[in-house]
Amino acid sequence: MFWTSYFLAVLALILAWPVPVLLSRAQWPARSPFTAMVLWQAIALAGGLSMIGAMLVYGLEPTGDNLIAGLRSLAGMVFNNEPTTVLGFWHLFALSAAALLTAHLVFTLLLTYYKIERQRGRHRELLTLLASPSDDGPGTVVINHDSPVAYCLPGGARSVTVLSDGLMAALEPAELRAVLIHENAHLSQRHDLLLWAFAAWRQALPWFPTTRLAQTAVNSLIEMLADDVALRTESKGTLIKAIAIVSSGSSTPGPGGQPLSPRALSGVGAVVEGGSISATGGADSPRTTASRVSRLLSPEPPLATALRALVLATSALLLAVPTGLLIVPGMLG
Amino acid sequence: MASLGELERAVMDLLWAGQEAATANTLRDLLAQDSEAGDGTAGHQGKDLAVTTVLTVLSRLEKKGLVERERGTRPHRYQAVSSRADHTAELMHEVLGSAPDREAVLARFIGSVSESEAATLRKLLGYN
Repeated sequence: MFWTSYFLAVLALILAWPVPVLLSRAQWPARSPFTAMVLWQAIALAGGLSMIGAMLVYGLEPTGDNLIAGLRSLAGMVFNNEPTTVLGFWHLFALSAAALLTAHLVFTLLLTYYKIERQRGRHRELLTLLASPSDDGPGTVVINHDSPVAYCLPGGARSVTVLSDGLMAALEPAELRAVLIHENAHLSQRHDLLLWAFAAWRQALPWFPTTRLAQTAVNSLIEMLADDVALRTESKGTLIKAIAIVSSGSSTPGPGGQPLSPRALSGVGAVVEGGSISATGGADSPRTTASRVSRLLSPEPPLATALRALVLATSALLLAVPTGLLIVPGMLG
Repeated sequence: MASLGELERAVMDLLWAGQEAATANTLRDLLAQDSEAGDGTAGHQGKDLAVTTVLTVLSRLEKKGLVERERGTRPHRYQAVSSRADHTAELMHEVLGSAPDREAVLARFIGSVSESEAATLRKLLGYN
């Protein structure tokens, strides 16, 4: 049981730093965003599990052969006042830390959910007053604003996709369809759940490289997944043009390739509020849009089935190892 | 009977369109006119709309910080806290801004584009 806690601690460390750094630099996620998404989830879950597990196993080491027996005798000490003399100071310290970390993670998850829902509710309320229904189907509204903006506000049956007047004016019907399909893919694939989980993960452990890298990667991967859905019915050129127009904030360049002004391309924000928003890019800014466009312009073949299977198997193993070490009796020896 | 949400919208539209503060009675009358002029398509909300319902709607809007009441006059006169354009701008600022949790609240078609990313985009799209 003793070496198990070290093994879990090492696993937690590897998953907190080198693995996410390597994965965030890898090129293959663009070739199979779904597989990459599964791997990021496995890394986050296995990381959390081994962090808590390492402390739990260390703390319970004197009490039993495996986690179940250990927890049982711990429950005896807590609820039935059985003697606690087997547990030294560091064991109690590790157990308390494990309990605190678990509570912290669960609490942050719930708090993040509450905050997100409250903001969405407030936003939806204002939309009801300010936006008008659109002809592009139920759940789509138009807001009176000049710069091209499109986004979706998830909320189960009350999910809504918002388009601005500026967007409707700037896009051709096919481009508009591509944007709508893209946004609806976010809603139907429940990307809001991923965004919630990884936002909470980062909120809970902001100083871990893994949480920031994971959130950035997930933000970028969901865009790729939604782009792929749009590409099923709309052409690549249409989607690229839609992205270019929305990110430039200006109308379509002429057939001669009339250059977009740098100011116009420096972000939608620059067009809206005198550049106060675009200035926030910096080194931390995810290069989502550029990587999306380069992925569309020079597509690479999807990841080979064997490689995809390998990544999925690795993800399953990442989850199975810490779970197995903790739960299966006797494995801790 | 129209839902409270629809009524809130109708009341805000009236307050945004009007120049001066209005009483609940005035608003009720205006709503009644609207629904008659609207060829009955908006339902018959205006005709049997009670002033108390309008007051309920107004107090909900007041709680949401959209409407304010002029103190000291009776009956109370209500007006919009800020214009429709201001509210839209505020909402869009929330959408386009880079508040850390914005990314989890809503999913934008294009996120904020940094200066260096814009350069990459220009190059990719062959604009210079």
